[in-house]
Amino acid sequence: MRQIISILLENETGALSRVVGLFSQRGYNIENITAAPTEDNTISRITILTQGDNVSVERITKQLHKLVNVIKVSSLEDDSQGIVEREILFIKVQCIGHTLREEIKNLCDIFKAEIVDVTPELYILQYVNTSAEIDRFLKAIAEQADVIETVRSGVCGIFRGDHALHS
Amino acid sequence: MEKLNGSAQVIRTLEDLGVTEIFGYPGAAIVDIYDELYSSKKIHHSLVRHEQAAVHMADGYARATGKVGVALVTSGPGATNTVTAIATAYMDSIPVVLITGQVSTNLIGSDAFQEVDTVGVTRPVVKHSFLCKKPEDVADFIRKAFYIASTGRKGPVVVDIPKNCQNPRYFFDYENIPLSEIHLRSYNPTVLGHKGQVKRAATELAKAKCPVLLVGGGVIQADACGELQTLARRMNLPVCSTLMGISAYPSDDRQFLGLVGLHGLYTANHAMHNCDLLFTVAVRFDDRVTNNVQKFCPKAKIVHIDVDPASISKVIHSDIPIVGDAKAVLNQVLDALDELKLSANPELDSWWESIEQSRRERPLTYNKNSKNIQPEEVIEAISNAVLGRDDVYVTTDVGQHQIFTAQYFKFAHPRHFLTSGGLGTMGFGFPAAAGVKSALPQACVICITGDGSFQMNMQELSTCKQYHLPVKIFILDNHALGMVRQFQTVFYKERYSATCLDDNPDFVKLADAFGHKGLRVTEKKDLEETINKALSLKDDLVIVDIRTDTDEIVFPWQRSGGSIEDQMFSKEDA
Repeated sequence: MRQIISILLENETGALSRVVGLFSQRGYNIENITAAPTEDNTISRITILTQGDNVSVERITKQLHKLVNVIKVSSLEDDSQGIVEREILFIKVQCIGHTLREEIKNLCDIFKAEIVDVTPELYILQYVNTSAEIDRFLKAIAEQADVIETVRSGVCGIFRGDHALHS
Repeated sequence: MEKLNGSAQVIRTLEDLGVTEIFGYPGAAIVDIYDELYSSKKIHHSLVRHEQAAVHMADGYARATGKVGVALVTSGPGATNTVTAIATAYMDSIPVVLITGQVSTNLIGSDAFQEVDTVGVTRPVVKHSFLCKKPEDVADFIRKAFYIASTGRKGPVVVDIPKNCQNPRYFFDYENIPLSEIHLRSYNPTVLGHKGQVKRAATELAKAKCPVLLVGGGVIQADACGELQTLARRMNLPVCSTLMGISAYPSDDRQFLGLVGLHGLYTANHAMHNCDLLFTVAVRFDDRVTNNVQKFCPKAKIVHIDVDPASISKVIHSDIPIVGDAKAVLNQVLDALDELKLSANPELDSWWESIEQSRRERPLTYNKNSKNIQPEEVIEAISNAVLGRDDVYVTTDVGQHQIFTAQYFKFAHPRHFLTSGGLGTMGFGFPAAAGVKSALPQACVICITGDGSFQMNMQELSTCKQYHLPVKIFILDNHALGMVRQFQTVFYKERYSATCLDDNPDFVKLADAFGHKGLRVTEKKDLEETINKALSLKDDLVIVDIRTDTDEIVFPWQRSGGSIEDQMFSKEDA
């Protein structure tokens, strides 16, 4: 089962490596991870996407709590109001010839993606959506053109409604 | 405000925290701190012969006294040598602070001489670690390290101090801040248990017809043994103990059933398996206790008191979990019993009868008619020789002798039994004993070890000479790595691969070479007298080399994959 874990931790050297190390030490996988300081720059927020049932997520959550640098941990699945989650994707595609360039632009319009860089032979596309939608967009583009390079940010998530994760 | 350099702040902070003993080994990256230590009047330093032993000594010091043990080593190999000992303290939740030297901050990452990423190398085996970035960090980080090491679930903390943070020519403000004023925004261990849960636990305890109280090492660490004994007596509970819990409850008390688990006493394992309420305090359900978790205590409701929320329901699902300090929660349970006017269930008599019956049917036993000295009788003889004394501390190494000690030695006081339970570190016993002796010079400190384990840290004979630490070392010398060998005897068709120690040194001459006393026992008839002689040589470190039966096997022995009471009692059961 797909699980998103959000962590607030002290923005200190080595703090992130403790979090990442814990996952490998306890035998959990990190599918993707995002980390950046919050509005209070002494605190970082990490979002980790992992796989596991509720019991294993509860275990890793407790272990994360034990880390001295960790201020707060929450599984984003916990909330009945649901969450908003997004990822960002960049794709560099080979785009030579008018027809192909039109086709790619059309796809971007359909998916509400943007073309953020243009050369006579290349487009760089930017797409912000859920992980599943990003997978679909990537597939659609790859069917039309040669993909030279992609980069994805990993998931960012936040509770809907008034439920918040703060220190 | 007083101005001190970084190195002086290290020593002053330690002094202000009440540290009087440090174990360590100098080197280039820590020499400035050693220079300050030279003029300290409050701190005594013991120079070890290998850094691993420094941390084991600090660990032994901490286990015996309940205070934080402190070790001091240099960067690189100094730090990496301590890793096994840090992991030992981590697995057994022992408060130790290790201060390591580091190359200057401008050299970090350049593969400088004796540089290693100490914080990185130790990360999985510490409760927390600090890397100082500037001299001003030093005092603050050491205080925080003490606070973290000694609160909540205790454990080792590393403070890595780069050489430039020790700079003797840079002076800055020093302020003495007591631990009570330390506050960490992201660290707040729970002390008191949830009131509702405590009441539920108390009610179940009075209601249960077949209860068992299972004690772990955390009870000793929390200084909760008095509360534990009060509860056990008041509710007439049978008491079982994990390896780490041994000494929390008096061994010769009628209510004490003994060690549980892999080599646990049948009575204890049998009671656990058949109980209807397992009331656990500060245990973590190690796999050496539970055996097959699917078959663990099938009829029992489980109450689990632990300071570490991550321990609860990690291995065994807990019906009534209570997060909190063992001492505080046990007091809450006692108060709840008062409040609810609950006392021992009168129906416990038949439960006790069945326990006494299993005790009679399957007592601990060994072959007393063998002409070879049996390791069990050595433990009994040492235990008898010090019976009734309150000043005796026993450390063990890891292996057959360790389990025999846990099974047979009679302990009357908490903290008087020190063993590496979680990590199972051979080489722990002797330096730990030296650490205890440093803490308690008047105590009689006994290290029960094997010929394999002792050779892992025997270089410390030299340290014990230098600082006059006359511990008594009893080597149960079976010329083999007995614990592994017994596996080979039973499960590997007696193929003794790499478990024979036929070319041991002459331990008596070894003692002599280091300026100590050595004795040897080869005949049963000399056992008692030699033990008494060793103990009477109060001012000498004595090694007693006792030639024990190579073929003796630790029983009872759980069958792998079975329930907790599924045990073998002799080779024929295998």
